Amino acid sequence: MITVKNLKKRFGDNVVLDGINLEVKEGEVLAIIGPSGSGKSTLLRCLNLLEKPDEGELIIGDKQLDVHKMSSKKIYQLRQQTAMVFQHYNLFKNKTALENVTEALIIAKKIKKPEAEKIAMKILNQVGLEDKVHQYPVTLSGGQQQRVGIARALAVNPYAILFDEPTSALDPEWVSEVLQVIKKIAEQNSTMIIVTHEMQFAEEVADRVIFMADGNIVEENTPKEIFHNPQSPRTKQFLRRVGSGEEDV
Amino acid sequence: MDLNIDFGYLISLIPDLLPFIPLTLFLAIVTMVIAVVLGMGIALVLRSGLPVLTHLAFTYVSFFRAIPSLVQLFLIYYGLPQIFPALSGMTAIAAAILGLSLKQAAYLAEIFRAALGSVDKGQMEACLSVGMTRVQAFRRVILPQAIRNAIPATGNQFIGLIKETSLAFTLGVVELFAQGRILAASSLRFFETYLALALLYWAMIIIYTFIQQAIEKKIERPYQS
Repeated sequence: MITVKNLKKRFGDNVVLDGINLEVKEGEVLAIIGPSGSGKSTLLRCLNLLEKPDEGELIIGDKQLDVHKMSSKKIYQLRQQTAMVFQHYNLFKNKTALENVTEALIIAKKIKKPEAEKIAMKILNQVGLEDKVHQYPVTLSGGQQQRVGIARALAVNPYAILFDEPTSALDPEWVSEVLQVIKKIAEQNSTMIIVTHEMQFAEEVADRVIFMADGNIVEENTPKEIFHNPQSPRTKQFLRRVGSGEEDV
Repeated sequence: MDLNIDFGYLISLIPDLLPFIPLTLFLAIVTMVIAVVLGMGIALVLRSGLPVLTHLAFTYVSFFRAIPSLVQLFLIYYGLPQIFPALSGMTAIAAAILGLSLKQAAYLAEIFRAALGSVDKGQMEACLSVGMTRVQAFRRVILPQAIRNAIPATGNQFIGLIKETSLAFTLGVVELFAQGRILAASSLRFFETYLALALLYWAMIIIYTFIQQAIEKKIERPYQS
């Protein structure tokens, strides 16, 4: 279980997270939607302490952290509970696809190289990149890079995987292959939190959806309810806008 | 027009000068190694944002970039023993290496700082997100990419340094340039002697440039589509 209690974060005078409370059950897929600047990416980045929250408590699996009692050891331990898939992939540019996946296994988890490569090959196979393993990121398409990014996150076998807008930097032609891969992982009972702009994908893959605006969770429900029977006027307005945006294309 | 140049003499000088190249290279390489270590330390301090240390590092860079190499060498070799008598045993070679390293480190610190700064922030985040420590991330991902950024400018600095080692002659070190002066003074064939010197420096730089190109080619491999 992931528990977030009263999580607050501000940048200067700008309140980005205004006391977020959230629970994610083991094996649950949670999608977070909302307009830009609503704080959804910051919430995700606070969960693995890439952003330091100002206040609140985080519990991920058996690791707990109170923001007022943070130590680098506690941060490190909490971070090891999750792995993140980034909007801009952030693959290690000096390493091949295979090395991107084995790096954390060998360096952080101290797994022997042959064993790490065996694990990595299996996962790269799962994401359909078995024939690209020795290529460097610069030679891969956006979709392939993001699939390596997903493989890298899966490899460390985290308690939960955090997806930070995994398809929003991709050319449209690569979006579906990445979404397919994420769906496949979701079906394996992984705990996942996905910040996304892909509403249809969120509806298909998520067990639960939260809608955020102005640093608050405005509405929280099953995908069916959120997308087809939204309660809050803000949610309705947002979905209308996103919907009409699609019609314009 | 009859140019009074004796090319035969010029060529005959080369064997007399060649034995001094190892000392020149020794000065350059030892200086560079010290400067790279020191420069990297200063660059890390400059990036750390630690209040007092950052200020000290900044002052260091400002001072050692500003004073002429010659002044610095004299300050160390002739000046320091006056204040610290224990240093009067310092050899001229040690003083030359120390002086040139301090200065070189100041330049390299700026180059390294920029090189580290131009590594995408997302690279560190990605390392942390899969459970690596900052030190592991630095060693395995950030530093290799920063080295790639730093190689061209660092190479230029090294070329400059090979030539600057000739200043060691002012402290009485008989390196390549000093030996050239000795030969010129005894033969009075200044043009041939200094041209021979110039050609030898040129040859060293050409060879070094080949080495750097090979290194660059290897380092660039991951980034070529």
